[in-house]
Amino acid sequence: MVAIVDYGVGNLFSLVSSLRALGVDAVVSGDKETLIRAEKIILPGVGAFGDAAEKLFSSGLAETLQAEAKKGKPLLGICLGMQLLFDRSYEYGEHKGLGLIEGSIRPIEEVIPSSLKIPHIGWNALHFKGNSPIFKYLKEGDYVYFVHSYYGAGCEKSVIATAEYGAFLTAAVQNGNVYGCQFHPEKSGEVGLKILKAFCELEEKKE
Amino acid sequence: MITKRIIPCLDVKNGRVVKGVNFQGLSDVSSPVELGKYYGERGADELVFYDITASAEGRALFTDILKEVASTIFIPLTVGGGINTLNDFDRVLKCGADKVSVNSGAIKDPNLIYEAAKRYGDQCVVLSVDAKRVNGEFRVFAKGGREDTGMNALEWIKRGVDNGAGEIVLNSIDTDGVKGGFDLAMLGAVTRLVSVPVIASGGAGRAEDFVTLFKELPKVDAGLAASIFHFGEVKIEELKKILKENGISVRL
Repeated sequence: MVAIVDYGVGNLFSLVSSLRALGVDAVVSGDKETLIRAEKIILPGVGAFGDAAEKLFSSGLAETLQAEAKKGKPLLGICLGMQLLFDRSYEYGEHKGLGLIEGSIRPIEEVIPSSLKIPHIGWNALHFKGNSPIFKYLKEGDYVYFVHSYYGAGCEKSVIATAEYGAFLTAAVQNGNVYGCQFHPEKSGEVGLKILKAFCELEEKKE
Repeated sequence: MITKRIIPCLDVKNGRVVKGVNFQGLSDVSSPVELGKYYGERGADELVFYDITASAEGRALFTDILKEVASTIFIPLTVGGGINTLNDFDRVLKCGADKVSVNSGAIKDPNLIYEAAKRYGDQCVVLSVDAKRVNGEFRVFAKGGREDTGMNALEWIKRGVDNGAGEIVLNSIDTDGVKGGFDLAMLGAVTRLVSVPVIASGGAGRAEDFVTLFKELPKVDAGLAASIFHFGEVKIEELKKILKENGISVRL
């Protein structure tokens, strides 16, 4: 069973539907026991980092996610969910993240030319670094759908894919069993489904 | 590189796609789900569903269909038509829409954009504008293009973006239905004015019109059309190939 973390942030309809289309047993839950029982966890999210982090920490879900990640359970953060995996974010102030990926979340305007529009929205090509198992069904240059104004910085060690938008922006990260996609696999057509499929096929690392 | 987007628009009335469609291999050509899937498989970058139903029953039927579409097709979905309140936003977002397009609803209540952007984020709010030349200026028309609001379209769009609209769909009534190409003058005026994505609508008759659009106005992000796709006059997969041959970045 794959648990999608429900902490009152974002629209989960498409994510649940895409997992069901893949035949995956997906459960939306904000219950810690369910997350602990799940074989894999997906952390979604749309909106502001500060609010979302506050919800994760005040509900105690943050500790559960950190503990499960430490146990070796595959965890995938999507969009804001990926950003929450980082140490901290500078979106409207400074906020603490889950600390599962080294680095921080910063405004993309710091690195892209001012002639480009913000948010970075639309279909963009993935350029891979290394061979992450979640991209095993993809090929270089496959397109995925992005919507974001902030990006993962200082995370060179963890970057497994970038997308070019006036600069090479972090598109996906991995630190062991912890994965994050800045783009929306659940909105990226067949390519996105292939990423979710590969994630759902990961084996839990046994200690 | 971010790609230019090609967006078919489906008008839905009482749960069915209006305007006759004639495609081989489609069992039910007026089913929004079937047609949406057909376009999705052929390279549509996004789909727009416009609810043109007036009745409450039709509205409920539309949201049922939207759910079915969003459970089958995993590309961005924009929904418009009959969006007048935050409850309307909520209703369609819960059914799988990613973006919500406001037109008359924002004219009736200009706060709608601000409130919706605050609650759901700018990227979720699309301001759709029907505009037409009147006495040397671009005017906003309401009620599906039948009523002159007297408002200047450029001022209206600027205000919409300032209030949080994350994307503009500009439909030129002057070129709509003529099939002689997009309204480059009107679109150019808007792309010079705002920095959010601009989607061109109205006037496309053939693939070359899209080439001209993106070559002449590189700041336009997407081209939207309905009947030329529905009638198969322009096939999305061929259109994207032609765009690529002309050096325009597209998702193939």
